[in-house]
Amino acid sequence: MKTKGKVHKYGDNVDTDVIIPARYLSTGDAEELKRHCMEDIDKEFAARVEKGDIIVAGKNFGSGSSREHAPMAIKASGISCLIAESFARIFHRNSFNIGLPIIENQGLVKEIEKGDYVEIDFEKGSIFNITKNKTYKIQPYPEFVQRIIQSGGLGNYIKEKINE
Amino acid sequence: MGMTMTQKILAAHAGLERVAAGEYIEAKLDMVLGNDITAPVAIKEFEKMGGKEVFHKGKIALVPDHFAPNKDIKSAEQCKFMREFALAQEVDNYFEIGEMGIEHALLPEKGLVVAGDVVIGADSHTCTYGALGAFSTGVGSTDMAAAMVTGEAWFKVPSAIKFNLRGRPSKWVSGKDIILHIIGKIGVDGALYKSMEFVGDGIEHLTMDNRFTISNMAIEAGAKNGIFPVDQRTIEYIREHSHRDFQIYQADEDAKYDKVYNIDLSKIRPTVAFPHLPDNTRTIDEVGNIEIDQVVIGSCTNGRIEDLRAAAKVFKNKKVKKGLRAIIFPATQKIYLQAIEEGLISIFIEAGAAVSTPTCGPCLGGHMGVLAEGERCVATTNRNFVGRMGHATSEIYLASPAVAAASAIAGKIFNPEKIGGQGDEN
Ligand code: SF4
Repeated sequence: MKTKGKVHKYGDNVDTDVIIPARYLSTGDAEELKRHCMEDIDKEFAARVEKGDIIVAGKNFGSGSSREHAPMAIKASGISCLIAESFARIFHRNSFNIGLPIIENQGLVKEIEKGDYVEIDFEKGSIFNITKNKTYKIQPYPEFVQRIIQSGGLGNYIKEKINE
Repeated sequence: MGMTMTQKILAAHAGLERVAAGEYIEAKLDMVLGNDITAPVAIKEFEKMGGKEVFHKGKIALVPDHFAPNKDIKSAEQCKFMREFALAQEVDNYFEIGEMGIEHALLPEKGLVVAGDVVIGADSHTCTYGALGAFSTGVGSTDMAAAMVTGEAWFKVPSAIKFNLRGRPSKWVSGKDIILHIIGKIGVDGALYKSMEFVGDGIEHLTMDNRFTISNMAIEAGAKNGIFPVDQRTIEYIREHSHRDFQIYQADEDAKYDKVYNIDLSKIRPTVAFPHLPDNTRTIDEVGNIEIDQVVIGSCTNGRIEDLRAAAKVFKNKKVKKGLRAIIFPATQKIYLQAIEEGLISIFIEAGAAVSTPTCGPCLGGHMGVLAEGERCVATTNRNFVGRMGHATSEIYLASPAVAAASAIAGKIFNPEKIGGQGDEN
């Protein structure tokens, strides 16, 4: 799996209340949610984001509520991958449960700037910063996580389990 | 190498002799929880997974508390969707308006969680039940769906930080001040992925309500769970509320901790978290002059009976500052009734505060007290993020019920020690 897009950059502690404010949670419809994604810290995000884009952020991304609406809204916006210094644990879990790839890496975040074009090759475990013409290595996911991702998320993993 | 208290509970539920930090396990669940925001997404996912029947009718709890009583048509639809699922699946623990409460106050009160349990909830503050000596943690809707199908969940076994609590807190210092103090010290990601294990002789001075407040906010330090050892007080609480058998787990003597903090409870001052993070704390002596528009007392953090008593002590024979809105939310129907019987509700209403039926309401900017542009609120809730209670420019200051009540009277963030309330006499 490969993905390519431009980078949107944010700081530390981007919480689920700014990713998708609770006032919009009276729906679970991702298409509706995406219109308000990030609006309390970045009003232009919904208009600016394009399919394949990548979010790069500081530490503790996705802190706060357990709302799966947060990664759902980001995924529906067209974001193909999130890179952060660290992720809040429920957000982390939710992201790959719904099949949104995330990469935890401290050094990388400083290397990639807003507006850079970046290509990620998940199989090879490499990130190519097209704008800066630089390549970085990334850690593969742990085996258990890979199993869930290979099934296409937790839903399919459970489906396979039921059918066993 | 020994195991922490959390690791022991997880090992037992995974059918393993021992587990180590970092290991992935699948554990059996004693309770699976969802609310009117997260359960509808989970139910749709449950159906997509091919789920036909929930794994156990008695081990699922569905609570409409966030946007309930229904705040608008869309939330009414969400509550209806959850209600219909609960009825169709004959889920025992579905709580309708009139018997419900905020989920994390309700479940312990109904005896649905006891010591030694493993509980997941599609709500981040599911960590509250650590106060009972259970392992409980928040997950997302897909996890909840999978759990409703299989009765199991996967976990990465956490390492732990030990908090050695010593001494007796002073009179106006509650569980809220203690946990805000700790979060201020370690930061909002200070316990990321880890367990917070509270130990030490200071715990004997903490009531169950104080412990619930402390465990509740473990997530605000990024923790997976926040757990207390089981003592006489815990056992009494469980016996009073539940018929279920419980299991006491203790950390091994040689359990390994990533870090140990020694906290002297007697030195903690009433503490307030300034916008926009729970770790942005100041003691009441350092707050300066912060004028406010609203005060909210309630939530899964501080809507229990002792919280209401603490607020009532300050409000007694006093008035809410003219032009300020004070809103009080007992966390469950039982707490509400008890507050009526103890005369607390009369004190609030006489002081000029509004009292509401149990709901999450303003805590997440849902309804019943949403903030306008630039408004400031002192809240006994757990999150002061940008836009959490309303407009993106509004500000939330997190505090204890006593500080919140004192602030409602003074019209600015205020020290309850200086109000001269009834509480000063005893
Ligand atoms: S009271 Fe607030 S923090 Fe607690 S469950 Fe409700 S919305 Fe969440």
